[in-house]
Amino acid sequence: MRRAGHGVGLVILAVILGGLPFVVTKYQVDILITLLINVILVVSFRLITTTGRWSLAHIPMMGAGAYATALMTGTLGIPFWVSLPLSGLVAALVALVMSYPLARTKGFAFFIASFAAGEALRLCWTRFKIPFGGHKGLTDISIPVLVPGVPALDFSKAIPYYFLALAVTIACLALMYRLDRSRIGDTWKAIESHDDLAKSLGINITRYNMLAFVIGSAFAGIAGVMQAHRLWAVVPAQYGFVTTLYLLVWVVFGGTHTFFGAVIGVVILTILRELLMPLFEWVPMIFGTIIILTLIFLPSGLEGLPERLSWLRKMKIRISFGEVPEVQPERIKQGAASPAE
Amino acid sequence: MAMLELRELTKNFGHLVAVNGVDLSVEEGEIRGLIGPNGSGKTTMFNLISGFLTPTRGRIFFRGEDITNLPPHLVAKRGLVRTFQLTALFREMTALQNVIMACHLHTGLGLFQQYFRNAGTRLREKEIAKKALALLDSMGIADKRDEITGDMPHGHQCALGIANALATEPKMILLDEPVGGMNPTETKEIMDRIKRVRDRGVTVLLVEHDMKAVMTTCEKVTCINFGNKIAEGTPQEICSHQDVIDAYLGGGTNACSV
Repeated sequence: MRRAGHGVGLVILAVILGGLPFVVTKYQVDILITLLINVILVVSFRLITTTGRWSLAHIPMMGAGAYATALMTGTLGIPFWVSLPLSGLVAALVALVMSYPLARTKGFAFFIASFAAGEALRLCWTRFKIPFGGHKGLTDISIPVLVPGVPALDFSKAIPYYFLALAVTIACLALMYRLDRSRIGDTWKAIESHDDLAKSLGINITRYNMLAFVIGSAFAGIAGVMQAHRLWAVVPAQYGFVTTLYLLVWVVFGGTHTFFGAVIGVVILTILRELLMPLFEWVPMIFGTIIILTLIFLPSGLEGLPERLSWLRKMKIRISFGEVPEVQPERIKQGAASPAE
Repeated sequence: MAMLELRELTKNFGHLVAVNGVDLSVEEGEIRGLIGPNGSGKTTMFNLISGFLTPTRGRIFFRGEDITNLPPHLVAKRGLVRTFQLTALFREMTALQNVIMACHLHTGLGLFQQYFRNAGTRLREKEIAKKALALLDSMGIADKRDEITGDMPHGHQCALGIANALATEPKMILLDEPVGGMNPTETKEIMDRIKRVRDRGVTVLLVEHDMKAVMTTCEKVTCINFGNKIAEGTPQEICSHQDVIDAYLGGGTNACSV
């Protein structure tokens, strides 16, 4: 019954996602593309938060992927399909180097240290004119080409690019969902729950923190690639603190307990922002108010909503862990087995 | 060869000497009690042995190997695991999920196997779950397997804390106040289970303020005060030791009349 419900839900979602670009304006298709990229961003950010660490280097990591693909496809002439995974790998490598000191910090120290590390990375792009192009960034980013001459695959157009972004987003989400539900994901959540206990049980928490940071950053890099090939330009200002603040707003608003909490957050806030476009000047103030109200009334984000509403209290949202295999207790035989049983 | 041996273990916090040149030797198969007033350095000793703190001076040997500067997860890997005062648990998980997580050292699964869960991995995960359930059963809380541990009563949480420690398949466990805040019935039950753990070949070192529990369970007791070892011996010897009575038990006590 539940499975059938899921199936129907998936079909509806597929119809919406597939049909949406054909019923909205061209400008709105670009908003949808940005939304898809931001979905990868929040889910990969949330992946790092499962260890209890909020990385302020996430947006610069997105930039690392964007710069990597800009240099690979623009300067070196590597095709998009190769540079997409490679740029994720570059972001992962940058994250790996950073994670040696970062994974040894936690809480507020990690917050500040990751900000410093990310900002240092961003400043490299503005200071080193070669190869990063300084403040002006890089502009000659190629358009992904699959089969030349097929209009449906002309990714310079918004609608085909939307479907490319959709495919990449679904693939990234599937990979991360699997990770979240694996024993690795549970270990991350255990580290957040009680890191001293995790250590005492033999878990090398530094290694697991590094793993989360590296994998999360790799997906941020992929998001950066998708953004760079749509905007055809990479400038360091895009990856500044304002973008990071938006990321934090989406995640705080949505919640980090479950896989899809932050996704719902980013979707709702993006729609809200578009609806508020006539009140353009007021948007930052409205977003600020939303965050303050969220922190006061829904400290765990939208995920805390069911708990707040009495008629929904039964579906209180908790942190989700991987499935426990079905096992039955085996009575440990003590002394002679009684024949009666 | 001693299971655990401390040689002149010393820890200073600034000018405060928390542990002062303590020598201690715990034999295999022993249940050793560690007693002393609050602030005498018992928990600091646990933190030193388990690698959460590094000693200022002195060495720690576990089964003949120097483990003085090892980080906690490597101490645990060698078979020496500790529990925490006030019971540390993964509070958002169920009891069974806790013990499954605690089996970390013996999953036999690499990162790739954990991610790409093929039939072999699933089979192994099922075996781990079975082992975890058996451990819950051995602590008498198998029927609480699906309860969120943060909501469990204190007695069950303490039992689960020990089950978590046992999941690492230790050769020795350090229990920090395993029956703190329990009623006499619960205390007796946990103490009986600790004895059974020892009978299965795990050496036990425990800190406890419940003197009746210590005196009936431990074969040998060490008493420390202001970071110094002041007495060591059988429960009877400790009870009649004048320094222990002065420092900890108090005059005219009948805590030891069991």
